[in-house]
This record gives sequence, C-alpha cells and structure tokens, in this order.
Amino acid sequence: MNINATLIGQTIAFFMFVWFCMKYVWPPLMAAMEERKSKIAEGLAAGERGQKEHELAEKRAKEVLQEARAEASDIINLANVRAGEMVEEAKGKAAEEAAKVKKGVEAEIEQEIASAREELRQQVSVLAISAAEKIIKSEIDASKHQVIIDDISGKLGAV
Amino acid sequence: MAGENLTSSDYIKHHLTNLTYGQHPDGTWGIASGQEAAKEMGFWAVNIDTLGVSVILGCLFLFLFRKAASAPTTGVPTGWQNFVEMVLEFIDGSVKDSFNGRNPVIAPLALTIFVWIVLMNTMDLVPVDYIPHLGQLIGIPYLKVVPTTDPNLTFSLALAVFFLTIYYSIKVKGPGGFFAELAFHPFPKYMMPFNLLLELIALISKPISLALRLFGNMYAGEMIFILIALLPLGIQWTLSLPWAIFHILVVILQAFIFMTLTIVYLSMAHEENH
Repeated sequence: MNINATLIGQTIAFFMFVWFCMKYVWPPLMAAMEERKSKIAEGLAAGERGQKEHELAEKRAKEVLQEARAEASDIINLANVRAGEMVEEAKGKAAEEAAKVKKGVEAEIEQEIASAREELRQQVSVLAISAAEKIIKSEIDASKHQVIIDDISGKLGAV
Repeated sequence: MAGENLTSSDYIKHHLTNLTYGQHPDGTWGIASGQEAAKEMGFWAVNIDTLGVSVILGCLFLFLFRKAASAPTTGVPTGWQNFVEMVLEFIDGSVKDSFNGRNPVIAPLALTIFVWIVLMNTMDLVPVDYIPHLGQLIGIPYLKVVPTTDPNLTFSLALAVFFLTIYYSIKVKGPGGFFAELAFHPFPKYMMPFNLLLELIALISKPISLALRLFGNMYAGEMIFILIALLPLGIQWTLSLPWAIFHILVVILQAFIFMTLTIVYLSMAHEENH
C-alpha cells in the first residue's frame, strides 16, 4: 500500500500502451469502420436509386401503354370513319353508275323508238305509195308526181 | 482457506501485501518480507506484482485488439473483430458525446483506459486464493493479483491524465491563458491569490478523486472477497456468487467512470472559455 516507484513505471507503461493503441489499433479499425459505413451508405443509396428508377420506368411504361391505347383507338376510329366514307362513296358511285346505265338504256330505247318510227314511217309511206299507186296506177305517172309523194312522206316523217 | 498456522488477520494481511522489490535499510537489494519492510524501502522500490500483472494485461489488450486491427475487413465483420468494433463504437460514442474538440489522442486514450481497467478489475473475479497460492508454490511470497487495488496504479493513471490535462491546457490556451483560467476565476482579478488557491485545489482534486475512486471501489471489493474466503467452505459460495455477480457491474462501471471523467477533464482542458 506504499506509494513507490511503481507509480513511475506504471505511468510509463500506460503512455506506451496509449501510444501503441493510437498508432496500431485505433486508426486501422476506425478506417475499416468508416469505409464500411460509406459502403453501406452507398449500397442504401444505390438501392433507393434503383427503386426510384424502377418506379420511373413503371410510370413510363404506363404512359407508353396509355399512349399506345389512345393511338389504337384513334386508328380504329379513323378506320371506322374511313369505312363509312368508303361505303358512302361506293353508294354514290353505284347510284351514279345506275343513273348512267339508266340514261344509256333510255337513250337506246329512245333511239329504238325513233328507228322503229322511221321504219314504220317508211313502211307506211311505202304502203301509202303502193296504195296510192294501186289507186291511181292507171292515171298517174309515178315519175310525174314524185314531188307530191315526197311531200306527203315528208309530212308523215314529221309526225 | 488460510493455512493451518495462519490467523485470519495474517491471511488478510498476506493477501493485501504487494510483492515489493527494493533496497533494504541495510543496503542490500531484494524482495520485502512484508508491509513494514516494504515501507522501509522508501520510494525507490517497485511492486513487481502490480507492474507485472498490469503490463501483462496491457499487452494482452493490445495483442487482442491488434489482432482485429491488423487485417480489418470492410465487409461484414465476424467474431472477434465484431466485438472489438462494438467496443470501439462505444468508446467513440462516449468521446464524441463529451469531447468537443478534435484530438486524435483522446479516443485511443479512452479505449486504453477503459479496456485496461476492465481487464485489471476483472482479475478481482479470479478466486482470491488461486494465483497467490500458485505463486507461493513456486516460491513467490506475496502476490496481489488485482493491480487496481494498488494505489500506485490508480494514481499513476490519474497522474498521467493530470499531466495530459495540463499539457493540453497549456497547448490550447497558452501558458498565459492557462494561468488566467486559474487566477481570474471565479472572482475578479483583485482576488487573484484566493482564486488561485481555489482553482489549484479544484485542479489537484481531480486526479486524486479519480485515483481514489477506482482504488477504493476495487480495494473494498477485493477485501470482501477475502473476508468471504475466510468463511467456512460450505457457505462461501452463497455470498461470493452474488458478490461476484454484483462485482461484474462494479468492474465495468468503475472503468467506465474513470474513462468518462478522463474525457471530461481533457475536454475541459481544450475549452477556451471557462
């Protein structure tokens, strides 16, 4: 229990221990712990970043999908409109064609009527002439009365 | 557990005597035969047991911690490194809590103080007779295995802290600043001698209280273990077991108090304004 030179020896030993600890124990361990801390922080940050990116990508995908959907519906609408138009157009064309055909047919009929009438007229005129011939054969010369016949046939033609 | 021809007081005295090496009054050098002989050797004697055990434990501490520090992994720490890092984290937290300046010495100092004192205090938990008895078998007359029950050790630690406090006070504030701190507080300048007296007492009481607190606690604890060892063999454990369990708390707590106060004193030494 006496205070003696142990005091000095202990103090020296203590300072040596502290020096060793300061030099060889504390710094490497602290450095390792700091490095680990930064590594963990980095990892956490990367994880967070990844999650954020994932969320962003999801959002973007949703947007693209929505866009695509909108585009598809646009296309369908357009197609529907176009189809309607085409049907209308076809209808119009068909009506036109029908009208044209009708017109042609009518013209043809007209012509036919005209030619039939012409023929009829000619036949009538020939018949008339032959009848007149028969009636006035004896007294009328065909060549002398050509003018009158022509006049009659022309009048017939006007009917 | 005392020898057949030993009385209880002899037994206790034996357990409380250091193995002292020094110069006998007749001029020869050797090991003191008892406390009185050790006292006669005066200041220039050393307690071999205190010095030896503390240095062995100090080296053990440095060896074990160096083992973890020699190739620390920055990945997932396992086993021993994990434990060491836990201790370091704890010390670092304590230092950051109470030390505001920046000084690379403080944290390793605190670590050394804490672990070393814990190890030395833990020697208290070794049954009181084992090591002294072993020593007697190989011819060592006295062996006090708990270095912290030797005031030489606690005072040496406290003095080391005291020196550091004064060193950093002068380094940070300059000799004038340090003197001003002692002389011009808490009263105005014309009361300087009184201030100086007050502050010097406060300054010196720090290491003394630091040393005596640790010494007193460990000495008392050791004393109770010795007294328990004097009881009949059958009932010893009913007392020594609870006391040992309680003592685990004391071991850690005293080391922690010593460390924390060291940090606080050094922090005060670094602070510019009082």
